[in-house]
Amino acid sequence: MKGFAYLRNVATLELDRGACIGCGRCPEVCPHAVFRLEGGKAALAARDLCMECGACARNCPVGAIRVDAGVGCASGMITEWLRERKIGWSGGGGCS
Amino acid sequence: MRWLETPAGRVPQVSSDLRLGDRLGAWKARWGIGRMSYLVPAGLYAVGNPGPDDPVAVTANYKMSYDLVRRALAGRSVWLLVLETHGINVWCAAGKGTFGTEELVRRIWLTGLHQVVRHRLLLLPILGAPGVAAHVVKQGTGFGVRYATLRAADLPEFLDNGMVTTPAMRELTFTLRERLALVPVELVSALPATLAVVAILVVAGMLGGYSLAPAVAYLGGVAAGAAVTPLLLPWLPTRSFAVKGMVAGLAWSLLWYLLAGGWDRTTVLAAFLCLPAVSSFYALNFTGSTPFTSRSGVKKEMRLSLPVMGLAVAAGIICLLAGRFV
Repeated sequence: MKGFAYLRNVATLELDRGACIGCGRCPEVCPHAVFRLEGGKAALAARDLCMECGACARNCPVGAIRVDAGVGCASGMITEWLRERKIGWSGGGGCS
Repeated sequence: MRWLETPAGRVPQVSSDLRLGDRLGAWKARWGIGRMSYLVPAGLYAVGNPGPDDPVAVTANYKMSYDLVRRALAGRSVWLLVLETHGINVWCAAGKGTFGTEELVRRIWLTGLHQVVRHRLLLLPILGAPGVAAHVVKQGTGFGVRYATLRAADLPEFLDNGMVTTPAMRELTFTLRERLALVPVELVSALPATLAVVAILVVAGMLGGYSLAPAVAYLGGVAAGAAVTPLLLPWLPTRSFAVKGMVAGLAWSLLWYLLAGGWDRTTVLAAFLCLPAVSSFYALNFTGSTPFTSRSGVKKEMRLSLPVMGLAVAAGIICLLAGRFV
């Protein structure tokens, strides 16, 4: 993605290269080209570009990828936080 | 409604032309009007005149998603499998799991897709991948999944390219035009809280002898965060949305200071403390509308910036009151 990058060193993405079978699914699903195939196995080419959508982990047939997946949405997190504390709030940015 | 006969029953044949009603519906959804109930029934649709060997594209039942796909497929014969995502777009529904493995497998069986097509391949939008485990779909139905393109508009090129995704079809964009399309819903989401604060500021302004100036200043702060920051996103400094919003808010404070003028020192201080904080808050809210912010990143930003925003607003209010009463 040209022209945009989010904070450095925050992504929770982890790849177990030992478990990887080189199926090529992670580079296929990643919208930020975080992965590339190197020597028949996946490698992290741009970890800082990861937005933690979880597509790679969900589609990895051998469970070699781990990421604390979720949506990077401040209003969603505020709504979640308020709901946990039972504080009524109808906001949430329109994504109920 | 025209129908196509298949071994699995009648399938509705849909047009690729978007009518005035479709365009008006999309415009309303962009402004948040009826956005949460803008949907089409889930199921199998025929675009053009598809046969048993034609491709199957999968999408969500948000009407804007469905409209984008059927328009992109104009002049072609493709099966369109629409999943029940309760009127949510592919990307957001994938994040919630409704555009997901379970629904896809169920919809394949419900529509009798095995009888409709001879091949065993589904074309999915790349942004649907967070919800769908391709290998599980394959195990459960025999249908393989190929993540085709990010944008529906690239589908024709993908089909013409022998169903191979080029790097450009996989590359996310967030152009000025794409950001502009998101601004209305940002403003509409901000409306209830904004109206409440503006009502208080109008009353306070009257009592304090400031007339409408505080309310206008606040509205500008909201606009700086919810409209100006999204539009100027790549050009505002740092990677942090809170800082980007703060800079836009400072610019607005300065502009309003020059326009309104004649403030005493405490008013100036209050404006320069409060307005950037308001703008920063709405800029941070825009993280949810972008296609590149991570949850860990937003968490970090919130932890650092929300206390600062709160302190800035509190300090600004104290300044203002001190200037009036002390």
